Amino acid sequence: MNAQWRRRLWSTMFIIGFFVLWEVLCWVFHVSDIVVPKPSQVIVTLIQRAPALWPHTLQTLYTTMVGFAFGIVIGIALGVLIGSSRLAYDVAYPLLVGFASIPKVAVVPIFVLWFGAGTVPAVLTAMIMCIFPIVVNVATGLATTEPELEDVMRALRATKTDILWNVGLPRTMPFFFASLKVSVTLAFVGTVISETVASNRGIGNVMMIASSNFDVPLVFAGLMILAFLGVALYAVFSFIEGRITGWAHRKDEFAMG
Amino acid sequence: MTTEIIEPPPRTEDTFVELEKVSVKFGKGESQFIALDETDLRIEKGDFVALVGPSGCGKSTILKLVAGLLKSTNGYVYVAGREVGAAEVRVGMAFQNPTMLPWLTVRDNVMMPLKIVPPFRQEYRSKKNNEFRDRADALLKEVGLSGFGDKHPWQLSGGMLQRASLCRALIHEPQLLMLDEPFGALDQFTREELWAIMQELWMKLKPTVVLVTHDLKEAGYLATRICVMATRPGRIVDDAAVPFPRPRNIEMSYLPEFVSMTQRLRQLIVSARPVKETVQ
Repeated sequence: MNAQWRRRLWSTMFIIGFFVLWEVLCWVFHVSDIVVPKPSQVIVTLIQRAPALWPHTLQTLYTTMVGFAFGIVIGIALGVLIGSSRLAYDVAYPLLVGFASIPKVAVVPIFVLWFGAGTVPAVLTAMIMCIFPIVVNVATGLATTEPELEDVMRALRATKTDILWNVGLPRTMPFFFASLKVSVTLAFVGTVISETVASNRGIGNVMMIASSNFDVPLVFAGLMILAFLGVALYAVFSFIEGRITGWAHRKDEFAMG
Repeated sequence: MTTEIIEPPPRTEDTFVELEKVSVKFGKGESQFIALDETDLRIEKGDFVALVGPSGCGKSTILKLVAGLLKSTNGYVYVAGREVGAAEVRVGMAFQNPTMLPWLTVRDNVMMPLKIVPPFRQEYRSKKNNEFRDRADALLKEVGLSGFGDKHPWQLSGGMLQRASLCRALIHEPQLLMLDEPFGALDQFTREELWAIMQELWMKLKPTVVLVTHDLKEAGYLATRICVMATRPGRIVDDAAVPFPRPRNIEMSYLPEFVSMTQRLRQLIVSARPVKETVQ
């Protein structure tokens, strides 16, 4: 327990130290606000503009979560399909890699063309950003199921669905959660890209307007909000992961519990 | 020493498993590998048959055929009078690797067949916390694992996992039990202990058992009948009953009759092995 607290203390000190160093360097080298604002200034901006920033933060969070939710559903469905069928693997994988390689900024105008500017293209961009890691991880988890495990189930005359529910999917959970942690941060990237290009709401839009007004502290405030949201969601999924797939990590604490 | 393909015992009313001129071939043309060549085998209900032979002789192939995990290239496999898979026969299986699901407790692992196999699966939801649970615990107790039901697999040793694996193979009271070297990776003493437990469970539940093993002592201890197989192509070259009375114990394996039996089997297997070209 002592060691754990010490670890936490160190990491907190390191984070605070990072901002202190930033502040000090800005003072020492007389860095202009328009290039890099001081952290203290960013925090002041955050507090002063909080009433105005709050609805945009909620908008971005909402858009990201909706896109992420769709991404999870479609990602799992595709992953299960690709992971359990040789044919689907051969056919869909190259296509998927192709889609994943397209820069998402290039796709946003198409979405805007189809659905108009605003929330819908942002949701869709967030969704396509986070699908790929989920599909790859779910498919890998399913495809690497030990054949002997399947033999035991098949000898019991288990159906494909039985095997999927009782062996395939639980076994895939550690892979799946690893991908969620990557995907949730990617979903934010997707939302903000789309908001920057075509929306009048959301943190991406706020940053876009702020930068065109040379209001650099506000741009950094937006970055700060995004970073905070990303870290918070990452932490949430890490926590859920620890709860559900603790068996895969085999820590002593879990073993005793 | 004869390596002629031998005739199986005649078909009777009690014939439970039957292989009729079964071949299994992998690959095509030059690289074709004949895992099993026109093999006949009949196993009676409640019999305990051990398959012994050099590696690559198709022992596990027979096991997989009977369990319905593998299709024969030619010939027919019947279980309970119908083509394999057609009749509703409960099959239990245990491998050299215990293959426990790491996210489930030992008890939940043992109960897995009840979740899958009819008629238990229909009642699984209502009975998993009382009747089925008690049944799993009773079985775990018989193999010496009482109190370990709530542990996770990685908290158990290899021998303990193998005991749990036996429980999983038996919990749904299978008519057919397939054992693929289940004691192969264990130390001598654990192995002998598990032979005794296995014999006890078999005498109580009377499933039809097919055991694949490399250990002739194990075959002699457990089986009522031992089939010796040869390789390239895989086939059965000897089929003999084990005459010793039950319950058998480890002392029996030091009797001269037992020793001469295992010696005879050993001779058969050695002569059934493909000749090594590098022998000087």
